[in-house]
Amino acid sequence: MLSGPSEARRRGIGLVFQHFSLFDNLTVAENVALGLDGRESFKDMSARLEQVSKIYGLPLDPRREVWQLSVGERQRIEIVRALMQDPKFLILDEPTAVLTPQEADQLFIVLERLKAEGRAILYISHKLEEVKRLCDTATILRGGRKVATCNPRLETAASLARMMVGGEIREVKAASSRKTTVPRLVVNDLSLAPSEAHGVRLEHISFELKGGEILGIAGVAGNGQDELFAALSGERLAKDPGTVVIEGIAAGHLSITQRRRLGAAFVPEERLGHGTAPRMKLSENALLTGHAASGMVHRGFIDTAATLKTVDRATETFDVRKAKRDPEAASLSGGNLQKFIVGREILRNPAVLVVSQPTWGVDAGAAAVIRQALLDLATAGAAVLVTSQDLDELAEIADRIAVMFHGKLSAPLATSEASREKLGLLMGGSSLEPKEAAHAVGA
Amino acid sequence: MELVEAIILAVLAASTPLLIAATGELVTERSGVLNLGVEGMMIVGAACGFAGAWLTGSIFIGALFGIVAGTMMSLIFALMALGLAVNQVATGLALTILGVGLSGLIGARFVGERITPAVHLSIPGLTDIPLVGRVLFGEDAFVYVSIALVVGVWWFLYRTRAGLILRACGDNHVSAHALGYPVLRIRTFAVMFGGACAGLAGAYLPLAYTPFFIPGMTAGRGWIALALVVFSSWRPGRLVVGAYLFGAVTILQLHAQGWGVGIPSQFMSALPYLATIIVLVMLSRARSGGSTAPAALGTVFVPDR
Repeated sequence: MLSGPSEARRRGIGLVFQHFSLFDNLTVAENVALGLDGRESFKDMSARLEQVSKIYGLPLDPRREVWQLSVGERQRIEIVRALMQDPKFLILDEPTAVLTPQEADQLFIVLERLKAEGRAILYISHKLEEVKRLCDTATILRGGRKVATCNPRLETAASLARMMVGGEIREVKAASSRKTTVPRLVVNDLSLAPSEAHGVRLEHISFELKGGEILGIAGVAGNGQDELFAALSGERLAKDPGTVVIEGIAAGHLSITQRRRLGAAFVPEERLGHGTAPRMKLSENALLTGHAASGMVHRGFIDTAATLKTVDRATETFDVRKAKRDPEAASLSGGNLQKFIVGREILRNPAVLVVSQPTWGVDAGAAAVIRQALLDLATAGAAVLVTSQDLDELAEIADRIAVMFHGKLSAPLATSEASREKLGLLMGGSSLEPKEAAHAVGA
Repeated sequence: MELVEAIILAVLAASTPLLIAATGELVTERSGVLNLGVEGMMIVGAACGFAGAWLTGSIFIGALFGIVAGTMMSLIFALMALGLAVNQVATGLALTILGVGLSGLIGARFVGERITPAVHLSIPGLTDIPLVGRVLFGEDAFVYVSIALVVGVWWFLYRTRAGLILRACGDNHVSAHALGYPVLRIRTFAVMFGGACAGLAGAYLPLAYTPFFIPGMTAGRGWIALALVVFSSWRPGRLVVGAYLFGAVTILQLHAQGWGVGIPSQFMSALPYLATIIVLVMLSRARSGGSTAPAALGTVFVPDR
């Protein structure tokens, strides 16, 4: 048994967390110093940092503060910090979750090299291709239990997936012919300055989304997806009303409630705290988005029966599993809460649904239910905008896919034409801005 | 000339308690803890400091009494806000209310008593230099201690590993915990340092500023110290500037009244606070990202075991 992270470090175990343990307002060198035991002087440490980052091809400027850096650069800090301890055993938890395919390739080169140096690497990932490519042995966990140990190179991605999810996943079926109708959500040349310290500037975003259509927005996290969601939902207002048009009405200046009244519905990425108020009951959470247009309020009084009915309907339609009829939102598991949130919005019969990361951190069963619901909604004639980091998900449900990079949106590609390579290049910014792409990929 | 010298001396005397208390609070806040109880810790420091000096006849022991009293008060805060994870704002406010009452109780016995105030430095030749002599070489020990304190804090925060860890706790306690740092223990020490400084700042008032104790004699200086920390954007260098600026405005306001300047004194007293707001707005506009305040300031941290 280890007593804590510092003992693990002493014993030669290096850790790279999925959620970075970095300090935004400290410099790169200070961040690295905090991960070491402090036996060498800060100056020596800084010198060694530059040396290590050069040897492994992980360039970093030790004097910059973390908040100024990209996600890929932040991960580099984590890796360099782990390498500075000269670990015998390195643990990486979902390291490519936030990287472009090209950045991931760079990482794999570093990992191969570490392996060649005789270090053991524990690589935690749900991306089967990566596991097949990198790993010599794979242990598959499901629901906290070890289900198999195998040589991933001898397995197919499909056989690994079966072990991982346990049985075949329910196929998502699209209706054979979806008719597209009138444009229901139009964005015209939307530009917006960032509102937060670490925000991204939206630049000249334009697209048109017709009824019956699902548009996917791909991209590495933190390239303006959150900002776009805020601009579409009305959490941030655009200067020019005409930049966001919902159902033919200029809505850029309208509040979220007014947009809901036009028939729009929104499902944000963050389930607890943004999508729902964690400590409030599901019925109260139903009211929070339904008060505008769903007849839950009469002359200022809440129609409790109507809010409870929404909960019951969402529970039935979307198979939400919960301990009692109306529990607190925080008591549900991630997948069930997400099904409830998506269900809550879909039951309002929206003309436009904007949904961000619909199946993030959700089990495979719930993910299938949610994707099917989105497809059915589009079949019923709604316009659906899905932002996701999961390219497989977008390939499965979207008709067209556009990519966000540095606050700009690429022209949408038909899903049939959107190969992983093309999307990967766009996610690294290649065909948008060759120079910046080189920086993001080669840096 | 004499008047200018007198004004500078008065400004230094008025600024010193602000500087000491604010330096302590700066360290507390840099570790991510917002202790609004500075006023309460100061006033208890004042009462206990006077009691110590009156009973022993020693200003030094009086100052020690003040430091210990402020530290004890801050331990109450640490127990509540860190140990039991109570809301820091509520705890800090309660601490101030407690401190005001407690100091009245402790000090009641000493109201009307007098002591010999702290002696001023006197170096023949140097102290007699016109204008600057008394300002530089004729102060009481508290003034020199306050300067040493703020320089020491600057050195600690930016030049030592312990200071870096303390700043890390204030920026992101989750990461600091993940890296194996004892966040709550570090914060407890930071809170205690803040309490010790507040106690010393409070003790300065009856030991050097006026030679007697009256209830409520801190008169809002703890709140000004809190505003100063924000004004300084949590940097020791700017804190010195801010403290002397605040002290200067306090003194000038008295003189302005004496000269019959037609500005209401209440407006003059409000100026430092107005300046704080303006500086804050300017800082947030000038910086394009990151945060000037410690990012974890005022948030409760409960390590999972």
